[in-house]
Amino acid sequence: MNYKLLINIAKSLLLARWKQTLVAAIGVTFSISMFITLLSFMTGLNDLLDGLILNRTPHIRLYNEIKPNKDQPVNATAEFKDRYNFIRSLKSGGSRQEIYNSAAVLQALKNDQRVLGYAPKIFAPVFFNDGSINIAGVINGIEVDAESSYFHFNDYIIEGAAEDLNKVSNSIILGKGLAANLLADIGDIVQVTTSQGERFPLKVVGIFQTGIQDFDKTQSYATIVSVQKVFGKASNYITDIQVKLKDVKTAPAVALVYADLFHLDALDIQTANSQFETGSFIRTLISYAVGITLLIVAGFGIYNILNMMIFEKMDSIAILKATGFSGRDVKRIFLLIALSIGFFGGLIGLLAGFGLSAVIDQIPFTTASLPTVKTYPIHYNPLFYVIGAAFSLITTYLAGWFPSRKASKIDPVIIIRGK
Amino acid sequence: MSEKILEAINIYKEFHDPVTVPVLQDISFSINKSEFVAVTGKSGCGKSTLLYILSTMDTDYKGELFIDNEPMKNKKEAQLAAIRNQKIGFVFQFHYLLNEFTVLQNVMLPGLKLNKYSAKEVEHRAIEKLTMLGIEKLALKNANRVSGGEKQRVAIARALINDPVIIMGDEPTGNLDKKNSEIVFDIFKQLAAEFKQTLLIVTHDEGFAKKTNRIIEMEDGRIIN
Repeated sequence: MNYKLLINIAKSLLLARWKQTLVAAIGVTFSISMFITLLSFMTGLNDLLDGLILNRTPHIRLYNEIKPNKDQPVNATAEFKDRYNFIRSLKSGGSRQEIYNSAAVLQALKNDQRVLGYAPKIFAPVFFNDGSINIAGVINGIEVDAESSYFHFNDYIIEGAAEDLNKVSNSIILGKGLAANLLADIGDIVQVTTSQGERFPLKVVGIFQTGIQDFDKTQSYATIVSVQKVFGKASNYITDIQVKLKDVKTAPAVALVYADLFHLDALDIQTANSQFETGSFIRTLISYAVGITLLIVAGFGIYNILNMMIFEKMDSIAILKATGFSGRDVKRIFLLIALSIGFFGGLIGLLAGFGLSAVIDQIPFTTASLPTVKTYPIHYNPLFYVIGAAFSLITTYLAGWFPSRKASKIDPVIIIRGK
Repeated sequence: MSEKILEAINIYKEFHDPVTVPVLQDISFSINKSEFVAVTGKSGCGKSTLLYILSTMDTDYKGELFIDNEPMKNKKEAQLAAIRNQKIGFVFQFHYLLNEFTVLQNVMLPGLKLNKYSAKEVEHRAIEKLTMLGIEKLALKNANRVSGGEKQRVAIARALINDPVIIMGDEPTGNLDKKNSEIVFDIFKQLAAEFKQTLLIVTHDEGFAKKTNRIIEMEDGRIIN
């Protein structure tokens, strides 16, 4: 098949009507660039919103839930062991929030290939004292390095530095809302009272802001050692282990294994935050729907222009057929026209989409709740460009298919006789 | 006995719209190599319809048609297109050049489609044909920038590019003034005499027809002479 000739004919027909061609190509360019920009922006926003919670959330959290013990003594006695025992007025045993044998558990996690990293933690409710007022809050005892590298702790510090927790003994980083309530600033001393009534002074070395008001009003961070000191606990006392996995999708399965292995409660990220996935999914769906709608509209534009072109070029089609071009050749010529509109329009659209995303990426976007974000979030993903390119070719092919078929079916006799 | 280029046996065609009317009946004749044949008849006698059947563009008929001793019945559209490309040259009443191309490209198109010679050779041959018809100066002009008489000569050059076994013309002088008509006729005459080119020309111009070797006269869908 002499494709070079067909390409030449298609090119000449296109250029002879370059204004129409341009309009059709601009339609494709516009829709592709909007498709790319929309998806990049939407996904950027999705990542941002998800990151708000999920960055700080471990894939698996190991802890002891406050709940009644499953192994009640009556079930262990020889006499009642094989019976079904009804026990009333059972109370939750909250005395053991501590993780037993924590060193061994941490060692096991360290050797587990599925685990990317882990951070031990103490979760401790306290009262912050401000004069005669007590503010209920929580001190999280953390290992600063692990917390920063696996859970983006650093990103949320708006004043001071996370490392100062290690440098200054008995120090604390307060949530922004909490610091405001306590009228505390960096360098000040705040008094905390434990549930056992012990009072302890801690020095403020930083302020953090996660963007979630309720969280910032009650939470604070100190090193594990400091918290152990405040509560008078031994150096192996921890209440939580936060695990980050290499593959977040395996979290529910691994959580089950850990719960069984370590005799702990294990909460995976999917169970804890299922609403985020739903939200992301819906937002992505909407952006794809809008993008594809734009492309279909562009496709109709191409369809119209090709139809018009075929109507205008009836004579040329008739003469091509009379001089030995088959219906198939004519169809190929018009498909080539459609595809080249799609190809060049799409190519420029991809570049324009990239440019527009880059511009949006530079627009300042500051919000009190998101301290680390300075410009509008854009997610650059090559996949969007691949989808955009594929769709521009597919829609133009489909838009060109019907007019091309019509052109191929033109009967030269009718045209020549009709003059 | 010279060889038969085209043979029609009992060609019959009817139009169905709005009622079934036979337009061609019992058309049987043959054309030998290097014959210059004119088909004449009044408007509506079916001569153009016959030409479209003979040219393989119209396939809706009964009867047999042989071109270069090859039966045309039951061939596919693409096969017929290839035969038109290789064996038949067309000249129409309305010149039908592709306005997007230059004169030279118009002449070259069927040659490039045939793909027998390289593009360079096709170009060379096209210039040869244009020179033969005395219009080589127009070669690089756009097809819509040349006059009617010139266009018709370009169309003849295009018809010749693949050395067809037969050239068919549908009122090739019908849209031209007297002077240009004569030029075109002289070209046909020269092709028949010097190059042994077979020609089949449909015309209602009596003067034109009289000057050819053979006249097939039609009336009401039948050959009467």
